[in-house]
Amino acid sequence: MKIAVLSGKGGTGKTTVSASLAYSLHNSQYVDCDVEEPNGNIFLKASLTEKEAVMVLNPVVNDDLCTGCGACQQACQFNAIAVINKKVMIFDNICHSCGACKIACPTGAISEVPREVGIIESNSSHTFMHGKLNLNEPLTIPVILQLRKKMNKYNHVIIDSAPGASCTVVSTIEDCDYCVLVTEPTPFGLHDLKIAIDLVKQLKLPFGVVVNKAMDSDTSIQVFCKEQNIDVLMELPYSKEIAKNYSKGILPVQYSNHYKDEFIKLLATIKERTS
Amino acid sequence: MKQFVFISGKGGTGKSTVVASLAKYVNNKALADVDVDAPNLHILLDHEVVEKIPFKGAKIAKIDQSKCTNCHKGYEVCRFDAISKDDIINPLKCEGCGACLLVCPENAITLHDELTGHVYQSKINEEHFTHALLAVGAEGSGKLVAEVKKKVKELVKEEDYLLIDGSPGIGCVVIASITGADACVIVTEATKSGLSDLQRVQQVADHFGIKSFVCINKYDLNIDVTKKIEEYCKNKNVSVIGKIPFEPLIVKALQQFKTPMDDDKLGHIKSEIISLWNQLIKET
Amino acid sequence: MKIAITSTGKEITDLLEKKFGRAEFFIIADTENSEYKVIDNKAAMEAGGAGIQAGQTIIEEKATALITGNVGPNAMKVLTSGNIAIYRGESVSVEANISLFKQKKLQQINTAVASHFGMK
Repeated sequence: MKIAVLSGKGGTGKTTVSASLAYSLHNSQYVDCDVEEPNGNIFLKASLTEKEAVMVLNPVVNDDLCTGCGACQQACQFNAIAVINKKVMIFDNICHSCGACKIACPTGAISEVPREVGIIESNSSHTFMHGKLNLNEPLTIPVILQLRKKMNKYNHVIIDSAPGASCTVVSTIEDCDYCVLVTEPTPFGLHDLKIAIDLVKQLKLPFGVVVNKAMDSDTSIQVFCKEQNIDVLMELPYSKEIAKNYSKGILPVQYSNHYKDEFIKLLATIKERTS
Repeated sequence: MKQFVFISGKGGTGKSTVVASLAKYVNNKALADVDVDAPNLHILLDHEVVEKIPFKGAKIAKIDQSKCTNCHKGYEVCRFDAISKDDIINPLKCEGCGACLLVCPENAITLHDELTGHVYQSKINEEHFTHALLAVGAEGSGKLVAEVKKKVKELVKEEDYLLIDGSPGIGCVVIASITGADACVIVTEATKSGLSDLQRVQQVADHFGIKSFVCINKYDLNIDVTKKIEEYCKNKNVSVIGKIPFEPLIVKALQQFKTPMDDDKLGHIKSEIISLWNQLIKET
Repeated sequence: MKIAITSTGKEITDLLEKKFGRAEFFIIADTENSEYKVIDNKAAMEAGGAGIQAGQTIIEEKATALITGNVGPNAMKVLTSGNIAIYRGESVSVEANISLFKQKKLQQINTAVASHFGMK
């Protein structure tokens, strides 16, 4: 079962929830898909012994065949090609690897070569995995797709998604069995939760809500969820103890059996909802 | 007019709470929220939307089904998995690269401008407040940020200050947020990743020649990290202009749509924010 | 000679724009006489590659020098392969920058600022 943990904005506790869930379950795999800022390993402290490059295809021009006609530049929607004095310049760092220039070239002067844009790091058992986009690279999707290919060995795959509702998040969660939306009980949290709900509804994915930093049980979040008939799966309390440990890179499940039980229960609740 | 942008290395550090508080305190100003992925400032501020402007910031392919002969050539060349086997385009995945157009023998595919969000022109009493929201699954938040800033530029004239709630992160959106600002205030948290997040975003500001200031939120959660942040700032000649303690009552206030400025129990936070503002003014 | 200046507005009395690829306007001025024309930078709102597009525009306009603020690495490559000399302008009007240029008081730029890879 693949469970994606996401939130409308950053800082709501996505990593706390996903890493805690993975930590509490046997036979589980944690996959950090927040490839611009993966920080799951601050908490899970896996020894990253395996590395694998993420490659994309970039065009190169054979100057002998190129006539400088500019068809490739016309075809490129991303301005990644310039033609100056009949000479083609290709800018790899904004190339989307779509292949349009190669299709457009009338003389077959363009071929494609692989280029590294990111890296996937994991421990030897692959129970921990994260993708990291190289600095200055614009495309997150190839890293996400490669991570997705490696999510299958374990009973429970817990995915820490990037925040927001961008196309990166779409790629991360689209084939998940269940989505856990993490929010906090403030008007900000509610507003951003609605954005995340919009997204999972568009993708027709089953979902439930985890309220992080919960104080009372009757805040606008709970009221909203009740009205909309949305499952509140779990509440993590607003506590200075949790916050203090978080600031040191320690998850609640790493020092408290109570929280560990809560996360095991969370999985049971999800299973109940999806069965 | 002085322009201040509030940013953070990651989301959820309290940026919008600080800006909303200042919005209640500072006079003769304009406001903007360029956190277009998850705009929050409007929630705490009693505003009236004057105009909602659609924004088309991306292109996506569309298939004219009456011309389509289902040759699947578009499906074969699409590297974004955006065209299904039955030749339907998924707008959430289409990157607008146009590769499918080039191979379509019937010229059935064209690129269209796609609505990627809305810009809102609002008023808070008589003050301008410009904000925006990116559409779900859309790309191009940087362009929407630039659009908001363009609209603000058209509107503001006589104001003393422009306060901008910026975007989190370190990417292009942040650069779009801070360009043209007189200074940026980085709101960070005293957590393990707080310092590295701060360093990255501070370097971005430095690089673009924009003076930065730091506000440490929940500074008492981890005094060691707070000290490291202060040390880093000292070395970089960056002033730490605010230190806000961990305070559950702030969350309580937010739940009632109040900022720390309009809650009697939060006098200590209020005075910290006022002192932050005074120092910001003094040093710019 | 023809020079290009990034501008915040359509008049030569407007301030120089510090951004190159995303400048709203380019003013193309002739240093021999006081003639100039304004062109809209179509690349200003591109999602990515604004500097590359803008660089090609400058080359197409047959300018031989550019006065601006910061130039990213991609734009730098385009401009240098088009043999455009790049000068760092001052935070004054376009007009004032042109006269500084004529007095040889502007510094030539040979290095790009870091890339900010478009506006994804």
